[in-house]
Order: sequence, then C-alpha cells, then structure tokens
Amino acid sequence: MKISPAHIIRLYDRFEFLDKEGSGQLRLEDFAEVKELAMNPIGDRIIGAFFSPGQETVDFPSFVRILAHFRPTDKNRAKDSTQPEPVNSRTSKLKFAFQLYDQDRDGKISRAELLQVLREMLGMQVTEEQLESIADRAIQEADLDRDDAISFEEFRKSLEKVNIEHKMSIRFLR
Amino acid sequence: MLPLGLMLLLLPAAPSAAATDLPGSGAPLRAELGASTPVPGSPSASALLLQPGAEYSPSGLALARSAEVLVSTGEEEEGQQHHNHGGGYRVVQWEWSYVQTPYIIAIWLLVASVAKILFHFSQRFTTVVPESCMLILLGLVLGGVVLIANKKQLYQLEPALFFLFLLPTIVGDAGYFMPARLFFDNLGAILLYAVVGTLWNAFCTGFCLYGVKLLGVIDERVQADLMDFLLFGALISAVDPVAVLAVFEEVHVNDMLFIIVFGESLLNDAVTVVLYKVYISFVEVGPGNVQTADYFKGVASFLIVSIGGTLVGLVFAVILGFITRFTKKVRIIEPLFVFLLVYLAYLTAELFSLSAILSMTFCGIGANKYVEANISQKSRTTVKYTMKTLASIAETIIFIFLGISAVDKSKWAWDTGLVSCTLIFIFIFRAVGVIGQTWILNRFRLVPLDKIDQVVMSYGGLRGAVAFALVVLLDGEQVRAKDYFVATTIVVIFFTVMFQGLTIKPLVKWLKVPRSTSRKPTINEEIHERAFDHILTAVEDIAGLQGYHHWRDKWEQFDKNYLSKLLLRKSVYRKSELWEAYQKINIRDAISVIDQGGNVLTSARLSLPSMASRTSFPEVTNVTNYLRENGSGVCLDLQVIDNVPGAKVEEDTETHHVLAGNLYKPRRRYQSHYSRHFMPVGEKERQDREVFQRNMRSRMETFKSTRHKRHKKERSQKKRRGSDTKEEGNDKPRRNVSWQDKDPVVVPIDSEEDKGEHSDPEKEEDVGITFVAHNTETPKQRPKSVPAGLDGCQSPSNQLPWKGGVGSLPPCVSVEATKIIPVDLQQAWNQSISSLESISSPPVPAEPVHPRVSALSRLGGPRPASYTPTGSSAGSTSSIAAHVAQGSVTFHFPEKEEEDEEGGGVSEQQQEMQPLMSSLRPPGPPPPPPASAFGSGRRRNPCVYLRSLVTVPPPGSEMYTRGPTQL
Repeated sequence: MKISPAHIIRLYDRFEFLDKEGSGQLRLEDFAEVKELAMNPIGDRIIGAFFSPGQETVDFPSFVRILAHFRPTDKNRAKDSTQPEPVNSRTSKLKFAFQLYDQDRDGKISRAELLQVLREMLGMQVTEEQLESIADRAIQEADLDRDDAISFEEFRKSLEKVNIEHKMSIRFLR
Repeated sequence: MLPLGLMLLLLPAAPSAAATDLPGSGAPLRAELGASTPVPGSPSASALLLQPGAEYSPSGLALARSAEVLVSTGEEEEGQQHHNHGGGYRVVQWEWSYVQTPYIIAIWLLVASVAKILFHFSQRFTTVVPESCMLILLGLVLGGVVLIANKKQLYQLEPALFFLFLLPTIVGDAGYFMPARLFFDNLGAILLYAVVGTLWNAFCTGFCLYGVKLLGVIDERVQADLMDFLLFGALISAVDPVAVLAVFEEVHVNDMLFIIVFGESLLNDAVTVVLYKVYISFVEVGPGNVQTADYFKGVASFLIVSIGGTLVGLVFAVILGFITRFTKKVRIIEPLFVFLLVYLAYLTAELFSLSAILSMTFCGIGANKYVEANISQKSRTTVKYTMKTLASIAETIIFIFLGISAVDKSKWAWDTGLVSCTLIFIFIFRAVGVIGQTWILNRFRLVPLDKIDQVVMSYGGLRGAVAFALVVLLDGEQVRAKDYFVATTIVVIFFTVMFQGLTIKPLVKWLKVPRSTSRKPTINEEIHERAFDHILTAVEDIAGLQGYHHWRDKWEQFDKNYLSKLLLRKSVYRKSELWEAYQKINIRDAISVIDQGGNVLTSARLSLPSMASRTSFPEVTNVTNYLRENGSGVCLDLQVIDNVPGAKVEEDTETHHVLAGNLYKPRRRYQSHYSRHFMPVGEKERQDREVFQRNMRSRMETFKSTRHKRHKKERSQKKRRGSDTKEEGNDKPRRNVSWQDKDPVVVPIDSEEDKGEHSDPEKEEDVGITFVAHNTETPKQRPKSVPAGLDGCQSPSNQLPWKGGVGSLPPCVSVEATKIIPVDLQQAWNQSISSLESISSPPVPAEPVHPRVSALSRLGGPRPASYTPTGSSAGSTSSIAAHVAQGSVTFHFPEKEEEDEEGGGVSEQQQEMQPLMSSLRPPGPPPPPPASAFGSGRRRNPCVYLRSLVTVPPPGSEMYTRGPTQL
C-alpha cells in the first residue's frame, strides 16, 4: 500500500470524525451516522464489508485497508509475481465487490443472494417477477458450471470485459 | 447518374446568375437572408445559393410568375422559354423557375447520396480513404465542372445555409445520441480543452501570425494588423465538430478519447462565437478605441453565451420531455416533437446570439433519457434513423460544398507565407496545448491520458466547415485581408481533413491506440456496474469525500425524486432502467437470432450475442436454459396428444403444430387499411413481434415457477384484453398456453403501462405483446414432476385445429417436444464449442427419414443428424428414446471439457443433456399409461424427458435436493 502520508492524515481526520467516542474503533453505529449511506441501497452491505467476520469494531488500519481497495491501479507497476498482490489490484477489487453479493460467504452468489441485491438496488420499481427474470438471466449468463450460482471465477469471467480498474477506483486515493 | 445530376445542377445557373446581376431583385433578398445568419457580421456576405427560389417558394405561383418575368428580362438565351408564356395555351409548359428551389435542393441531395453509394462500392478503398476526403475531392471536381461551364462559381457553402440547416442537423444528432454518462464522466477534461485549449490556440495563433507578419514572412499585400490576426486566429483555432465526427467515426478510437475530442469540438463553440464577435466589434471600432472595459465585457459575454446557451438547451429539454409525456394518443407525431424542439433550442439560442451548438447539445443530452422512455419504440427508431439520415446527408453536403467553394477563385487570394505559417502554428499550438493541459489534467484524472492519447488528440484537432463559414461571413470592407484568410482557411481545412484524416487511421493503428468495441453490455455487466456505482458512492461517503460519485448520486436522487416524476409518464416512471436493459438484451437476442437466419426454436445453435464473448467455456448453460424453457410449453401439449389416439391423426396434428408453431407467418402482401394517424403493424413488425413472442415464451418458464402472485388478479383481467388485441389474425395459434387455468399470469412485455393504458386498445399499437401463461398453484407440486402444464392438458381442443374451427387452434405445439429439443441440443452444442465449421454441416444420414423429421429438418434446422445422435441410426423419431436412454447411462460424464471435435460431437451433447437426462431416473412419476404402442414407444419418453426439463434443475448430483423453484 502506497497511500501518501497526506492521504493517511486526511483519512485519519475522517476516521476521528466518524469515531464519536474517540475510542479508536469504529462501531456499526458510527457508520450509520453517515447520512448519505442511509440512502444508499446497498449501504448496509458496504458497511458490513468494513467489519471482518466476528469483529464488532474497525480500527484505523483496517479502515484504511478497506478504502485502499479503491485506489486506482497503477498501470506501470511491473508484473512482479513474487510480490503479494496489491490490495488495489483488479482481483481484489472484484473480490470486494463479490463479497458484497456473497453475504453468506460460501464463495458463491446464489440466486437468492443476487435477488436480494437486485431487490435492494431496484427497490419498488419492478415487480418480483421482473426481478427474478433479471436474476435468472444474469445467472444463466454467468453460470458456467451450472450450479445455479455464480462463483468468484464466474463473476470474474462475466466482468472480464469491464474496466474494473477504472470503475472501482476513486480519484482521491491516488 | 452523376453527369445527369450535373446537367441539372447547371441548369439553374443561368437564371440565378441573372438574378444576381439584377440589382433590384437580388439585393434586398440577400440582405434579408444575410441578416438572419447567426453570427453578426457582414449581412451582404455573398449571394445565397438558392436566392431566387427562396423568394418564390413562400409566395406562391403568382409571385413566382412575376419574378420569373423579372428574371427573364435580364437573360437572353435562357429567356426563350419564358417569353413563350405570352402566347395562347400551351400543352407543355416549362415551369423551371417555379420548381427551381426544391429542385436544386433535391438534386444536390441526390448527387450527395449517389456519391456516397459510389464511395462505398469499393470496400478496400473506403477503409483507407475517409469519406470526408472523397467528398471534398468530389466537390472540387464538381466545382471545377461548374466553373468551366459557367465561367463563374455559383455555389458556395453559404453561411446561412450552413448555420441554419446543415450544422443543426449534425449537432442535433450528435447531442441527442451523445453517450451522456461518458460525456459527464469526462466533462472536466472536455471543458478544459474546449475553453482553455481554444483560447490558447486562438491567442497564440493570432499573436504569432502577427509576429511573423512583422518579420516580413507574410506578404505586404496581406493588409492585416493585430486585431485581424487575432480574429483569424479565433476562427481558425476551434476544432470542428463536423470534421471530427466524420473522421473519428471511421477511426474507432476508444470511447474516452473520442468523447474528449468530440466533446471539445462541441463545447468550444461558445469560445469561438464570443471571440469572433468580440474581435469583430473590436475591428469595427478600430483597435485604438477599445477600452479596458470591453475586455471585461468580452469575458462576461463569454459566460452569458455559454451558460445562457446551455440553459436554453436545458429548458427546451425539459419542455421536450414534458410534451412527450402526453403523446400517447398521437404516437405518429412523436418524432416530430423531438426534431422541432431540438431545432428550436438551436434557433432560440441563435435568436439571442447565444451558443447554439451548446444549446442544442445540451438539449439533446438532457432530453434523451426522458424522451426515449416516453416515446414508443417505433418513434425511437424513427427519430434515430431520421436524425442519422439528415446528419449524414448534411455532412456530405458540407464536405462537397467545401470542395466546390475552394474552386471559386474570385473569393480568395493566395499567400504562401500566411498559409504555411498558419498550418505550422496551428499544428504546433494544438500539440503544445494538448500536452500542457493533459499534464495538468493528469494530476486530477482517475484515468490519466497517456502519451498515445495525447498524440491522437493533437493530431485529431481537425478544422472544418465552421471555420470556413465564419471566415466567409467576414466583412471584406473591414477585414481587408479577408480573401487571404479565406484561402488560408480552405487550405487549413483541406489539410486537416484530408491529410490528417487520411493519416490518422494508420497512425492510430501504428500507435496501437485502444479501439472501441461496439459490444453491448450483458445483463451481468449492467447489474454489477450499477452496484459498483453504489459502492463507490458509499465509499466516498464513508471516506468523507465529496467526489464525483457523491455528486452523481445526488443528481440521481434529484432526478428520481423530481425530474423523472415531472418528465416521465407515470407508466414509465415505475420502470427500472435495469429492467429496460434486460428487455433490450432480450429483444436484441431475438432479433439477432432472426437476423442470422435462425428461428427461435433452433436458436440455441446461435450464440446469443450478449452471452457470446466467452470462448473458453462451452456455453452449456445456455443450452440447458433453452431446453428448460422450450420444454415448458411442450409438456402440456404431449398430454393433449395423448388424448387423441390414432397415429394418423396424431401425425397430422403434429405436422400442423410444427407448421403453425415453427413457421413464421407468411408475409401479407397488402395492408388491409390505410390510416394517416396510426401506423398499421407492418410485416417486419409483426415478424419481430412474433420472434419476440417466441423468445419471451421461452422465458415463461421463469415466470411460471414464481411464487409471487401479487398482480394476479388484475392481470387476469388484463389478460383478456391484452390477448384480444394481441391477436390480429385469428389464425395465430395460441401456443404454449393453457387457457382454462385458474390462475393465469400475464407477463406484459411493456408491463407497467398503467391500467388506463391497458384499457386503451391503441397502446397495443406499439407496445403490446402480452404473454399469457398459466401459473402453477404451488411450486410444491412440481417436484412430483407433474409439470405445471399437466393440469392444463385437458386443453380446450382435443381435436385437430381445422376440425375445431380456425379460430380455436390448440394452444400447444407438440412436436417441439419430441424433436426440436434434440435439434436444439445439437445446434447449441455446435456453437458452444468453437469448432463450428466442422460440425455445423454433419453428414446427413442417408437412411430414409421419418416424414415428420424431414418436415422438421426442413423447418427448423439443417441437420437431421441430430435425431440420431449416437449410433442409433434407426433414423426416425424413435431414436429419441434411445437417445434418452443413452443420456442417462452416460450420466457422469465429465463436464466442462473441451472435447475433440469428432468424439466430442456425441459426448458433448450428452453432457449437455445430463441434467436433463438424469432426471429420468429420479422420482418422476410413472409416465401415464400408453395409449397405443406407437404413441408410447415414441412419445412417452420424450414426454418425461421434457417434463424433466421443466422440473429438474440442471447440475449433476445435487439436483435431487433442489426444489423446482430453482427454475
């Protein structure tokens, strides 16, 4: 991770701002304070992604580590296989997105999980039948091994034409 | 063709020349039209192309006659015919002057269009030489011919014609179809290049030319001082949207690069207009009298022109969206509203001398979303094609006229120093400007523009017709070097369009600039990209950044809560974009399948375009789905047939069903009635609809298994109405549907049309494809493998359709069940592994084929081989049983392996069937007792087999545990 000190400081300010109690740990309620998140259809899931399983709180390093997923990928980085994969690589970006779908963390987006996400994103705009047909179609499209679920590999495949590096990056964190 | 056109073009020459010579008739008109040109300048710029005619057309015959006399007095040889009018009654009259204007216009359009056809004869030629180059060359030739014939150039790219008619068509098209998301994603860069870049170019070019002039490189005869050069710099520095579009559309650079260059060329209009006006006023008052306040006025003017133009455009966008909300009853004029209001946005901006291009662009961008949602599918197509046609022809005319204008020697004067210096400066400053701005931009951009991008952007700074029209508009009295400027502008345009346009393609290839792909997003991409947007917004919110996504989200909220409510129909408002995208993908699939010559039943052979792209995996799933889906309607039918004993009857029924179900409707030769207000459903339309129906039918399976019956009640009401209107011809069999079912579910394609619209029969005119399917009571019943359709199978007609009367065809298509499916399998398999060629034409078995099979093979697909999959070349349909049996034997065949082509042929197919076959063994209910040996031997198994398609989810061993809802 090569987040510049300036960014770290800025993020730390934000962290302290969110951390109302000053405990150095962010709790679920602290995230809920962010008003815009309440309007975000999948805001809960994203908050959830900050918490590693079993943990009630997030400390600053993990806070930054999560946000680091959204650093733009360095194009010129030498493809060095010896180094561990950077957290902002295409794969980790995809993994982050994938686990937002895969709430039960079984490594697969089941039809129900996909439906749930669709329901959250589309809200009341569409009927349940429409949701289901969309979900079915999506699974049909992506599902390569016919298990009626989308594994990470299939997820990656279905998005391989998409410029994830751009679409999952935020400018500030460059 | 061309010579003929030329002849006709030359015809008007004499009278119009006469008109120009006449002091009385031509001049006032000229002044009048000149005044209406957008950019204030010399009103009497030059003779308009269509002068005399413009006078005639509105005023009718009488005026035309009188003017004609006026014209003919000045002209001797051409006047012959006119003088003849004096005598008695003539059988044939020469009414040239009456039809002159529209005639010339039409001929020009014809010449331009034919020229286009000619260019595209040679594929190799057009890939190398851009069309714009060829059109300019053609214009040069035409201009030369006209010049030789008349000793005088009659045609020129008239500023009024250009700004009022040609440019708006191109800009309107560009604005309306601008990819909004891409545009706003790159808005920062576009604005920087458009404003700062253009200013930089204008000033640098102007000052440097002046400097060079002082150095004496430019000839003394060019009487121009600093202001003149700055003026010239301003008009020559703007990148031209027409040229950029023409050249870049053929180059296919990646979207981002294109949108930056093209967006710049559109948005720099405000800068150009303001600079041009400011300098003109400076030139008019004289450089000495310019006060400091005037500079600030210039800046203020820029803000007003640009922001005002944008606002005008947005206001018209709102009006347009609002109007199209209420066009439900007058669908036929929907496209007109689009054209009119977008054009009015342009004209209104011109009226207030704001930036018309900005206005039109933003009107298009802003209105697009709402208009497209409001208007009907047909109107959408109409708008699209009309706009594209107009834009294309306008572009053609512009380039041809540019070529013609260049021939006119009287208009320009050559100075090598000026021309070469301008060329050099333009190129240098463009490059320097781009590099400098990109350096700044890259500090902020998420996606930095690399060196290659910068090269293409510098090289893509094409100048075009806007510059030419502006320079022609200059007042020769005040700008004394006008003729030199005109010549230089022409040369610059030709150089950029022709030389750079010609070389940019190889350059792009050589630099390996990422190209654009015209790939349409799949449904997965649609879903996930939406999710990504939400994710980024949330992360920005958490990190406390008020970044781009934050504001975009804010805008979307606003749009959803207020704008869409105002501008969208109620029925549309409730629709979701994702659902729309889903439907679009569906329709696209269906249409492309048909376009490729398939019919939907055999369509599994063809890869669905939206699913295609993955070659590394066999497309097993698609096939499965197809089977599953196709199987659904089929099962019902088998039961029907079981009730009808007798092989002969059965056979007939089958044949009939095959024909009725698989053949597309024969084309009707005539329309039954004509209406000015409503388009009759055209053949194409009907076929498309049919295709779509079939495709959608195949998706019914999905709906069938739903638990949700929310809308059932009201839908069952709708169903009747919907189905009434749907079937225009009573000969359309209602396939796949069990009518007497208690819980029919209508899945309206345009489903969320509100109730009011549903009661409106006209709605069906373009939206109504209503699918009726029946719903299973509970999914629970399914696992018992009593397929949903089963209870529907005491279907209304146990007899053959022709016995029951034409109107009541049995709904079900039987043979699909037994035979089509294997075809599908085979074909799908064929496409799924990439070795399509080797297998797509398998040797047709020589043995006699069962009549039905042969009928099928004629209909559905070219390969009866699929009926005899393995070794069981028993030939006829009975092989299916064997086939099925084999399938279940080879159940645990390894999946996901690319087989070699030969052996793979069979085994892959079996693999494909695995999930289906496997269901034969499991707890499916015993098949109903055979009615006859014939029937049972052949059809029982397929029946079960198909039922299994309906009921059993695909994959291997798990399937027993899975509920039917998985479907």
